[in-house]
Amino acid sequence: MDIRLDGIGHSYDEFEVMRDITLDIPSGRIVCIVGPSGCGKSTLLRFIGGLEKPKSGRVLQLGDPPKGCLNPLTYIFQDFALLPWRSVSGNISLVLEDHGINGAAAKIIIDDVLARTKLTDFAKALPKQLSGGMKQRVAIARALAVNPAVMLMDEPLSALDSQTRELLMDDLVELWTRQPFTAVYVTHNLAEAVRLGHKVVVLSRRPGKIREIVDIEKPLAKREFGDADLDRAQKHLWQLMRDEARAADAELLHG
Amino acid sequence: MDNTGKSVAFRGGGFAPQSRRWVGVLVFVALILFVEWGTRAGWISALSLPRPTDVLDTFRQLYDSGLLFKHLLPSLSRLFVGALFGASIGIAVGIMIGLFSYVRSGLVPLVAAIFPIPKIALLPLFVIWFGIGEGSKYALIAFGTFTPTVVATYGAVDNVDRTLIRMGQSFGLSWWSIVRKIVLPGAMPGILSGLRISLAIAIILLVAAEMLGAEYGIGAYILEAGSLYDLERLFAGVVILSLLGVLISALIGMLERRLLGWRT
Ligand SMILES: Nc1ncnc2c1ncn2[C@@H]1O[C@H](COP(=O)(O)OP(=O)(O)OP(=O)(O)O)[C@@H](O)[C@H]1O
Ligand SMILES: [Mg+2]
Repeated sequence: MDIRLDGIGHSYDEFEVMRDITLDIPSGRIVCIVGPSGCGKSTLLRFIGGLEKPKSGRVLQLGDPPKGCLNPLTYIFQDFALLPWRSVSGNISLVLEDHGINGAAAKIIIDDVLARTKLTDFAKALPKQLSGGMKQRVAIARALAVNPAVMLMDEPLSALDSQTRELLMDDLVELWTRQPFTAVYVTHNLAEAVRLGHKVVVLSRRPGKIREIVDIEKPLAKREFGDADLDRAQKHLWQLMRDEARAADAELLHG
Repeated sequence: MDNTGKSVAFRGGGFAPQSRRWVGVLVFVALILFVEWGTRAGWISALSLPRPTDVLDTFRQLYDSGLLFKHLLPSLSRLFVGALFGASIGIAVGIMIGLFSYVRSGLVPLVAAIFPIPKIALLPLFVIWFGIGEGSKYALIAFGTFTPTVVATYGAVDNVDRTLIRMGQSFGLSWWSIVRKIVLPGAMPGILSGLRISLAIAIILLVAAEMLGAEYGIGAYILEAGSLYDLERLFAGVVILSLLGVLISALIGMLERRLLGWRT
């Protein structure tokens, strides 16, 4: 299943947030969206997942979600959004219960996703017992449990320290290599973008427009920390963004 | 190495009260011993405060004569039925206020208008509506617990983390699932701390509820002793209410430990 953004524009009252965004998200690829603060990245992601409606333009699903897909468009949030009163496995079963998956059937899925995210030993732990990196892995496991067609990630690693971020990026690459998934990955960290993205979409400052789309051909599994190609791509992205970011930073909020 | 420097003074302590169980008991014991000493030595006159041992004696008589339970049981059942109705309707209405715009706009002003009414003043009205028997007593206690429960509950629902609700929606959970599995548990800390206040108010209203048409009951017992200026019996009754308050607070504390163990 592909996603097509067709001329998306939006404003909050008189305040224009983005204009004419047209973009294809091909299945099995990770599309990273970068852009200066306040350019509408999170808002765009909310449109894609149907949590908010754009003023103009449409978000289209091309084709049907694969069989066995419980929640085609699934988010991974920056602040994890785990229920603190449920254990790790309880948090995952939460999203299965509404599909009538309980008991043994649920346990098979939960065991599988916990194994894939290396959390098997923590099934009974409460979120307050987990480190930030583990919490985000629980959120990833929860997303995998519903077998999504597209994962929508809004700065999923931003709340983590840089070592944990490296580890989790490796985990994501490993997950993708074993079973390619489609993802829209919003970040302001260019290193993450060149590490995980097949396509990096650079947005201009508000009102957000597509400035450039950079394709990175190198296979995910071959990309490494401090890779020269990636550094070049990252430098290119930063050149695109620098002036925008400086201008965005100098703007008054809602001015 | 040169070790002659001054060590940095510690200034990070305090502002983190912890529960020290025995201190509470100690305060009670000290206070009682103090009054006992004063009444025996004579610098507290027997007219201004009863002697604690005399109150204890009255309490024992009450127990021996079997009157204690004759008074206690009807009071407990009034408290239970009244508070159960008041709190459960209060929680339900509070959640609706927290969830629906129209209910909120319609009921918040009404609740604000009802809250400051001294419910005792309405006792005659309740007697007319529900009769002089148990009905009016249940109604008074229920009404008194209802308003603080509503206010605490909708405040608690407002405070539920919106990102968790967004998360529920993004996974396609049904409205009812979101309410049951996200809103309700998320509001539970606020609801329980509201319940502490509402149930204390229920005990306060118990005395008022037994002002009219009650032969037995702790409230009736206290009121009768009060009208006779029988301070020993008055205090014996008051002590029972206090103990009841401590008991309820302990019960809620237990409930909190069980239900809210997930809090950091
Ligand atoms: N519900 C809303 N009502 C009014 N304005 C909003 C709303 N949501 C977002 N905005 C505004 O729209 C603009 C884009 O917001 P958005 O959160 O999408 O930016 P972002 O690119 O994700 O920024 P960041 O990098 O800081 O996360 C911001 O200026 C923000 O203030
Ligand atoms: Mg954002």
